[in-house]
Amino acid sequence: MSVLAQVVSQPEFVRPHIDWHAFAPELILLGWGALVTIVDIVGLERTRRFMPGLTGIGFLLAMVPVLTLWAQGDAFDGATLPRVLFDGAYVVDHYALVLKGLFLISGYVVVLLSTNYMAEGDYHDSEYYQLIAASVLGMLVMTSARDLVSIFIALELVSIPAYLMAAWRKRDLASNEAGLKYMLMGVFASGIMLYGMSMLYGAVGDTRLSAIGPALAEFSSSPFVVIGALFTIFGFAFKVSAVPFHTWAPDTYEGAPTPLTAFLAVSSKAAGFVGLISIILFGLPELSEVVQPLMWILAAATMTIGNLIALRQENIVRMLAYSGIAQAGYMLAPLAVYGDVPDSVQSSIVTYLLIYAAMNLGAFAVVITAARRTRSGDISSFGGMLNWAPGLTAAMVAFLFSLTGIPPLGGWWAKFQIFNALIEPGTAAGYALAIVAAVNSVIAAFYYLNVAKQMCFLPAPDGDNSPIKIPAPLNSAIALTLVFTLISGLALLVPDITNFTELAGSAP
Amino acid sequence: MFLNQFLLLAAALFCIGVYGVLARRNGVLVLMSIELILNSVNINLVAFGAYHGDVSGQVFALFIIGVAAAEVGVGLAIVLLIYRNRRSIDVAEANLLKG
Repeated sequence: MSVLAQVVSQPEFVRPHIDWHAFAPELILLGWGALVTIVDIVGLERTRRFMPGLTGIGFLLAMVPVLTLWAQGDAFDGATLPRVLFDGAYVVDHYALVLKGLFLISGYVVVLLSTNYMAEGDYHDSEYYQLIAASVLGMLVMTSARDLVSIFIALELVSIPAYLMAAWRKRDLASNEAGLKYMLMGVFASGIMLYGMSMLYGAVGDTRLSAIGPALAEFSSSPFVVIGALFTIFGFAFKVSAVPFHTWAPDTYEGAPTPLTAFLAVSSKAAGFVGLISIILFGLPELSEVVQPLMWILAAATMTIGNLIALRQENIVRMLAYSGIAQAGYMLAPLAVYGDVPDSVQSSIVTYLLIYAAMNLGAFAVVITAARRTRSGDISSFGGMLNWAPGLTAAMVAFLFSLTGIPPLGGWWAKFQIFNALIEPGTAAGYALAIVAAVNSVIAAFYYLNVAKQMCFLPAPDGDNSPIKIPAPLNSAIALTLVFTLISGLALLVPDITNFTELAGSAP
Repeated sequence: MFLNQFLLLAAALFCIGVYGVLARRNGVLVLMSIELILNSVNINLVAFGAYHGDVSGQVFALFIIGVAAAEVGVGLAIVLLIYRNRRSIDVAEANLLKG
């Protein structure tokens, strides 16, 4: 009864102040998504071919407020970053803005990748783009969410459209199966995560991470809270396909339409990481003694098992799936030392996410383009690519070298940041994990360079060397990702924008 | 305040749900087991909300009810799709792709 009495006794309702500028990227994407849906319903077949372009424009429009917010919003309305909305449940700071930019641009690249694939495949293409926009909207919310409820809503908004899109090829049994496995495992994982969240809420009596963080100090050894924290982390470990929660990933990646696989491997995984970083760094700073060993084991197992299984893959999409699992292991690694150096942990993971998005989307773009000719995902079918697509091969070699971590490409700089964060506190655990990561980078070089060898030095299986025709959307996707991969390594562009200093205050 | 009883009920429901997800092979029954897990979370949240005298637990539970409906809608659509192509909703038979 106390709750009811409290609600009734509240003073009259006062409309809360809402910072529309800070909330603009989400609102623009939401409005534009609704507009695209209406255009599709009214126009039917006549407007179908404009859908990819329209959706892409929506992502670019939503970039505008991200940029104006970044360039110090006070020029417009006198407010400065970080902007706190809804009593601290929603925070727009530099960390959130960098990631909003990442999600919008990678969403745009996924639209470019999908354009020809969907138009030629006889699918329901316009609905597909609307679902991508919905999923990206969830990612934008995830970057700013600092509250258990909004993190949960954001995670489901990212996932539910993705379940549908994984099963998009309706009559293909492999695609049905990809969707079923992804959906059942995903919903199960979010159930486990919610149970953990309910424990955290029960201990503190507040859903805001800024309230949970300090309040957990007095519970740091209570099994109740530890179980809550671990269950919450397991839910995100599924999303980022950390071993042993990775079993859905290779099957779903292989069965789903390939552009969607790129979306899952980059955007959806990055969204999982954003949720994990927010929960751990803002919500569980006091539990570092419990969470750090767990993250150590998860990171070491994820990179080792991902790499070892990737070694014996024959299909390039499965190979990229397992390599993505291994890459997730590198990104999890800094969380094993977050209690000591939270700032470097946050900026190193975000740096890695930005560069990983560029190089992995690029690799998928090349695979999608080349598969238009080879009609197969077998690595051996990419033989002789240097002859029939020299430019494409050069781009792929750059992406593979970057994924391996060879200087001066972006991937090298990303790995360097991870090692830096691991070594910085000078603990034995940090050094040991850095060694595991270094050994894994060497193992990974073997299978990445094997693909490059196949493309450059082996003959085409069918002996056909006539040049390939690359559609304009795929061409621009490859150019965009290649430029970012190159300049992020050469010009060290990324460290400037991921040098966050906001964690010290742990967001109000 | 009888907080313990609610928590024990929720824990029991949660365990039954997890057992169902792991042991059942019928797609619809797996979805129902997941519903049990989500309902155990709702009981937890409402009980804690009442215990702390805080409404956000109930708000959280309402959000979960809404999202669970969407999840089951999508889940049943995918199970139906599988049934149309295969004439079976046995999840163990979905083994074309080998992890």
